Amino acid sequence: MSAPAPSTPLIAFRDVARSYGAGEAEVKALAGVSFQIGAGEFVAIMGPSGSGKSTAMNIIGCLDRPSAGEYLFKGIPVQGLDQDRRALLRRHALGFVFQGFNLLPRQSALENVELPLIYKGLPADTRRALAREALRKVGLDGREGHDPSQLSGGQQQRVAIARALAGGPSVILADEPTGNLDSARSHEIMRLLQALNRDEGITIVMVTHEDPIAHYAKRLMVFTDGHLTRDEPVRERA
Amino acid sequence: MLWEAVRLAYTAIIRNKLRSFLTVLGVVIGVAAVIAMVTVGEGSSAQVKASVERLGTNVLVLRPGRARMGPPSAEPVPRFTLKDAAALAELSIVAQVAPQANGTYSLVAGNANSSAQVSGTTADYLKVQNWPLALGRAFEPGEEAAGASVCILGQTVRDKLFGSSDPLGESLRVRGLACEVIGVLSARGAGSFGQDQDEVVLIPVKTMHRRLQGDTNVGSISVALLKSVDSATGIRAVQALMRDRRDIEIGAADDFSVTDMKDFNNLLSGVNSVMAGLLSAVAAVSLLVGGIGIMNIMLVSVTERTREIGIRLAVGASGGQVLMQFLIEAIVLSVLGGAIGIGLGLALAWGGSIYLAVPFTPSAMVIALAFGFSAVVGVVFGFFPARRAARMDPIEALRHQ
Ligand SMILES: Nc1ncnc2c1ncn2[C@@H]1O[C@H](COP(=O)(O)OP(=O)(O)O)[C@@H](O)[C@H]1O
Ligand SMILES: [Mg+2]
Repeated sequence: MSAPAPSTPLIAFRDVARSYGAGEAEVKALAGVSFQIGAGEFVAIMGPSGSGKSTAMNIIGCLDRPSAGEYLFKGIPVQGLDQDRRALLRRHALGFVFQGFNLLPRQSALENVELPLIYKGLPADTRRALAREALRKVGLDGREGHDPSQLSGGQQQRVAIARALAGGPSVILADEPTGNLDSARSHEIMRLLQALNRDEGITIVMVTHEDPIAHYAKRLMVFTDGHLTRDEPVRERA
Repeated sequence: MLWEAVRLAYTAIIRNKLRSFLTVLGVVIGVAAVIAMVTVGEGSSAQVKASVERLGTNVLVLRPGRARMGPPSAEPVPRFTLKDAAALAELSIVAQVAPQANGTYSLVAGNANSSAQVSGTTADYLKVQNWPLALGRAFEPGEEAAGASVCILGQTVRDKLFGSSDPLGESLRVRGLACEVIGVLSARGAGSFGQDQDEVVLIPVKTMHRRLQGDTNVGSISVALLKSVDSATGIRAVQALMRDRRDIEIGAADDFSVTDMKDFNNLLSGVNSVMAGLLSAVAAVSLLVGGIGIMNIMLVSVTERTREIGIRLAVGASGGQVLMQFLIEAIVLSVLGGAIGIGLGLALAWGGSIYLAVPFTPSAMVIALAFGFSAVVGVVFGFFPARRAARMDPIEALRHQ
């Protein structure tokens, strides 16, 4: 994917709101949020539980749509796209990494990484080659045939990253990617994401609870009660 | 993508072998039943056709008594005699005539004994019936005229009484009457009603009258028309002659029946079309039941795999692609059931046709239809579960435990 023109940010939120339920029971998960993320950024999103981080990630990832406001992805107004058009954006430009890995059980690492490529309609040998390449990038060459139950948590998350990577996305979205991992494994995963951002130029947006993890990012956004309350560069650690 | 979906469906089905098998059992049983019944049915109707065709095309069978069903008439109906047969043979449109006087008698040859239908008839019977001899010769005119004690055996009688030894020239006692075996009929197999046509002994009709039956009645007369004569003309001529000989007044009903063996064939194929209707009903019901089974298990499968569906949607699958995946799984499942059913049905038909002594004639058309119908069942009953999968919200699906 080519980088968008400088005038068009990769991700642009304009007064994005998302509410659940109606009337008395209405919950405003996002209450009018505006920000822009350019190509090649590495953003960490922090904030207390229930502050709307995941809601924002789902909207960025075109899994969900704002109930009010505008979300432009590469200049495309996503709020106007139906489920299938958004699937197309996910397929060609977005990769997801989840806290719980979300790999398909009983399928090998290679098959899991191939999954998004199937929906791109690539022929089997091209898929296999791309999936191997992605697994190599995350340091899992030699584990292609293992299925998730035969891999450690850290390795499973690497498979998930390889899956997000395989389709050549512009953005990888990671919602608490280290939430299920111990400290050493967490730092390995962060170094991997950092390398992908630095070497491949992939934009990364990541939610985390932990300061040390957030420090791998270049920019920090903090959500509170559905509002964006802080947005600043991450200070270099001493 | 399509091949991918078939492969996926296959692995999903293999993963739950027992469940998959139980799911398609309805389709298996339905398809097997239909295949078995249709195949055996076709075998027996092919046999009926063959036996009617063997008769020669234009054969009329005359019997005393009214053709129509109903209360038996108060007055006894006059029997036929050999004179009737001789008069029929005089008609210019007739090729051959064979009177038949039948009875069932005990048979003894050496130490072996049995019983069978014994037909008193003439050598022309073999021509009318288009029934060649396997061994020996037919009655000679002299033997027929004299009422000689000679007989011709059907294959079943020969097997039962003489086994593999040569029966020609041997003596067969028909209810105490010693007859010389002069011929053996070729094997004919089961008749239109499944009876064994080879369980028969032929003797000259005069021998039958004098030595066994004790009267000169003739039970039926078979008339072979000349090839150039159509059966309607033949029937009219035969009826006119017999009405004259039996002094039936103009306007009064016949007191005898004339059956065209072709009509008999049509009657049987009418029976077959009723059978075909019943079969279609059986097929429809069993495929419906099988389809509901598939729909049920596909709904379970979609629910169980909610998270998988969420993952697929998240990585970029469109609703249509998810729909195809589950639809293809349902089709693969039901076509697999259809294939097992076809195999089972053919095996049953094979066993059944041996048991009923009819030819085993599997029809490619019926097999193709069974395949087609099971695929249609997969599409129809797989659609609703597949659509449910396709319409899932990816966020909800991913959150599903
Ligand atoms: N599907 C939903 N239905 C109703 N409320 C929801 C739903 N998803 C999220 N919420 C609510 O929206 C708010 C923000 O949730 P979320 O974005 O998941 O927060 P977090 O920052 O912890 O990721 C919370 O109050 C949550 O309860
Ligand atoms: Mg969250």
